[in-house]
Amino acid sequence: MDFVLQIYPALLRGALVTVLLTVMSGAAALAVGFAVGLARLIPSRWVSVPLTIYVEVFRNTSSLVQIFYFFFVLPLVGIRFEAFTTGCAVLALNFGAYLSEVVRSAILSVDKGQYHAAVALNMPVLLRYRRIIIPQAIPVMLPAFGNYALEMLKATSLVSLITITELTFSGAQLVQFYGHPTEIYLSIFVIYLILAIPFIVLNRNLEKRAGGKWKTRVPTT
Amino acid sequence: MEDKGANDMTFSLQTMLDVLPALLRGTVVTLQATAAGFLLALALGLVLAIARRGSNRAIVMVIDLFVTVIRSTPLLIQLYLLFYVLPLYGPSLSPLVTGVLGLGVHYSSYLSEVFRAGIDAVPKGQWEASVALQMPRAKTWYRIILPQAFRIVLPQIGNYMISMYKHASLLATITVVELLGAALNYAGETFRYLEVLTIVGVIYFIIGYIFSRLIKYIELKLAY
Repeated sequence: MDFVLQIYPALLRGALVTVLLTVMSGAAALAVGFAVGLARLIPSRWVSVPLTIYVEVFRNTSSLVQIFYFFFVLPLVGIRFEAFTTGCAVLALNFGAYLSEVVRSAILSVDKGQYHAAVALNMPVLLRYRRIIIPQAIPVMLPAFGNYALEMLKATSLVSLITITELTFSGAQLVQFYGHPTEIYLSIFVIYLILAIPFIVLNRNLEKRAGGKWKTRVPTT
Repeated sequence: MEDKGANDMTFSLQTMLDVLPALLRGTVVTLQATAAGFLLALALGLVLAIARRGSNRAIVMVIDLFVTVIRSTPLLIQLYLLFYVLPLYGPSLSPLVTGVLGLGVHYSSYLSEVFRAGIDAVPKGQWEASVALQMPRAKTWYRIILPQAFRIVLPQIGNYMISMYKHASLLATITVVELLGAALNYAGETFRYLEVLTIVGVIYFIIGYIFSRLIKYIELKLAY
């Protein structure tokens, strides 16, 4: 226990980086998800084909492979980022691909009558989406967003492998330095669990509110 | 070893040919780990889902706690605990077995929720009819309820299988030489990250894409 107290400032600093990573990558992924999800509805091949390729590539390959690819290969072609930026970017692109599917299917699930009514009222396209379609689609997206937020917290542990000193990497370093894997890894396990509690509570509430109705409309994973 | 191309961005075909056999062996390990891990996850998930329907509140609470804890923590940390901590107190397993165990337990928490939803979705009349026919409870489960529940959740189970297949790359961190592990071993010696990781990405994509098409197809077949 003394040992745990001795290392806990280091673990706390790591936990802070994990939170920062989760928030930043999460916000960026949300932006990517909305942008791509909406843009894929544009009926032009020049837009939809590249975006479909992006989504399929990121959804069908391992996120860890994507992280290593960005970390090792991009510098070879002259693109250099800090490890932290690379980690954030890959997580955002990876989750953005999944979120774009949530956004797209939620928008497609809005009753067609709403769309036709907006057209009949002579609403311009942007107003139509901003005032009619998207507000009705957002409640449909929320349960899936909640699940992905928790997945994002867990996924940030992967960037420990490209030397970002978040919670997992600080732990691995401490183990190399002091030994005591039991105390250190169990502490990390508990810290992740504590960090996850807000998401767990959030998801419970979202699911309760959603009832059975939303679940069937949008895939949650 | 003459070709140390750390800052070299030319794409070498020779490198690709050299590394391909190792990567294909790694792919086989990845698929084996996925298959074994998924069978474990299915079995454990099913047991958890059925046990949770019992009337014992203590069991229900323990299962809920287990599922929440396992779902809410990263697989990477769970693998570290199994690989670095478990051998200090218990059996020391081979890296591959440890990895399969980690994948199986992690995904059983997801699958138990999926099975639970599927079992709940079977109409109540099916239970009542089985009781009316004096069918024993075990037989009701495996002849009446589970086949229908399984059909309902098959697409979701498939999605989790793809997810596990991609997650299996984490086994590289506990020294399993699966696809990513084989790639990192080779690239670490030769610094040909460009070629090696590109092939890894392509292999992941091809298999992942085939899997996901297959599941879309099954989903359409089952839709009625």
